[in-house]
Amino acid sequence: MKSMRQTCGVLLGALAATLIANIPLKAHDKIDVVASFSILGDVARNVGGERAIITTLVGANSDVHVYTPAPSDAKKIADAKLVLVNGLGLEGWLERLVQSSGSKAPIVVASNGIAARRLGSHADPHAWQSVANAKIYVANIRDALMAADPPAATAYRANADAYLAKLDALGAEVRAAIASIPEARRKVISSHNAFGYFADAYGIAFIAPQGVSTESEASARDIAAIITQIRSAKIPAVFLENVSDPRLMRRISAETGARIGGTLYSDSLTGENGDAPTYIDMVRHNIKALTGALAD
Amino acid sequence: MIYDALIAPFTEFEFMRRALAGAIALALGGAPIGVFLMLRRMSLVGDAMAHAILPGAAVGFLLSGLNLFAMTFGGLIAGFAVALLAGLVSRTTELKEDASLAAFYLMSLALGVTIVSIKGTNIDLLHVLFGNILAMDDQTLLVIAVNATITLIVLAVIWRPLVIECVDPVFLRTVSRAGAPAHLAFLALVVINLVNGFHALGTLLAVGLMILPAAIAKFWSRDITGMMCIAVASAIVSGYAGLVLSFQTKVPSGPAIILVAALLYVFSVLFGNVSGLVRQIFPGRHLEA
Repeated sequence: MKSMRQTCGVLLGALAATLIANIPLKAHDKIDVVASFSILGDVARNVGGERAIITTLVGANSDVHVYTPAPSDAKKIADAKLVLVNGLGLEGWLERLVQSSGSKAPIVVASNGIAARRLGSHADPHAWQSVANAKIYVANIRDALMAADPPAATAYRANADAYLAKLDALGAEVRAAIASIPEARRKVISSHNAFGYFADAYGIAFIAPQGVSTESEASARDIAAIITQIRSAKIPAVFLENVSDPRLMRRISAETGARIGGTLYSDSLTGENGDAPTYIDMVRHNIKALTGALAD
Repeated sequence: MIYDALIAPFTEFEFMRRALAGAIALALGGAPIGVFLMLRRMSLVGDAMAHAILPGAAVGFLLSGLNLFAMTFGGLIAGFAVALLAGLVSRTTELKEDASLAAFYLMSLALGVTIVSIKGTNIDLLHVLFGNILAMDDQTLLVIAVNATITLIVLAVIWRPLVIECVDPVFLRTVSRAGAPAHLAFLALVVINLVNGFHALGTLLAVGLMILPAAIAKFWSRDITGMMCIAVASAIVSGYAGLVLSFQTKVPSGPAIILVAALLYVFSVLFGNVSGLVRQIFPGRHLEA
């Protein structure tokens, strides 16, 4: 009996020892961070560097607006030390998910401190489309990581500084590209509502096509209205990806002489082999698509 | 004023002219097929076949992207396979044609949905797959016109056995063995015209310009040639009026065309001179010798 108790004690002690040994080891190791969608995940990865493992809930090529969380997402959140969200109403589904996962991780809003545009009665969540805003994201993410993982604070600060320098270069690149477009041609028709911040920051007008709902099928009247609008305002390019049918786009282009712009990435990155695997690539791609379509 | 409302949209915008051309081609091929479907009591077969075709077209899309010919080809293969297998089962076993067709189209549909989900993108495939009548590019217009031409030529060839089989299949079997090949050729034409309908009206309404004009024609003529002419005419009228309606109001073009056809149908049910309701209540004078 005594030996039994002894064995138990030894076992428990051993178990406790491994637990104690493990916990600080894990804390000194990497921390798990969950970011709500791919663009935020990429920015966070640049700040987190080697020290943080970033998982994204809404992966590349998926629409964060209409995402339906899976049980595995709740698990990711439950395991995380920190949850990064964009805020401004982008992730309506996230709050309940965090609650139901029982996670104690702090939720940090990356867009904190950004002056929000209005989009109808809501805030426009697509703040990352302006590089200046992305820098605010970086600062917020850096502070959050430093708070969640103090031992690695210097590493995060260094990573963030390096990334901020890259973003500065990117911002200058965008301005130079826009400057190369003649002023009269800096307008496109686009049904994207994601480029409000971009338009404000860089002075390209994104004119919404008249009376077109992107949700439903276009009527003949809608198409005629777009064609008339392009002709009368002499708009040089159209970016209308969410007109569901690419053939319809080509028709509009053929009838107006406006160029069809390429893809503009707004809400999500592409996979490794796509045009926009990272945030910086995405901005570069968009600006290339715009200058390509608007150049003389 | 009337010119502005009815003709100006077509003179001003090329896409309207192309849409009209597409609608007319669609009517020429689809309406006669619809009449035969109706006479053979297969009106709902069109809908079932539409579901059967969709997965094939989806596979074509997955293999080669937004390629019209690949998608059309995939759809044709899937449609033919389902039609043939269903026909085979119903002719060799005790299962009736409707049940075996239902079985095979559901099989095909489930297979298609599975294949699409393996690829697993967020894109709404239905939107990518099938266009609308306002988006007639050269390729689409060509495909529709070629399909309509093929339909009319093949129909001319199999006309006699097809008509006889509609009225007296037993008689046809005693005098000729053309019944089965004609039936198969006819099913092939159904598939071809459904694919046409997909391109122009989308999946849900593809059958609309086939069946509704046929049903309209039934109320105005007892003669099969008369029915064909009325069906084609009412399909063309629906196409034109639907486009104008879509231009003047904000109704999407596909539904607008079918709604006009539906109005014509309701009118025919009430006032058609063959078994129309009003006609039954106030029958004309009996012919007397």
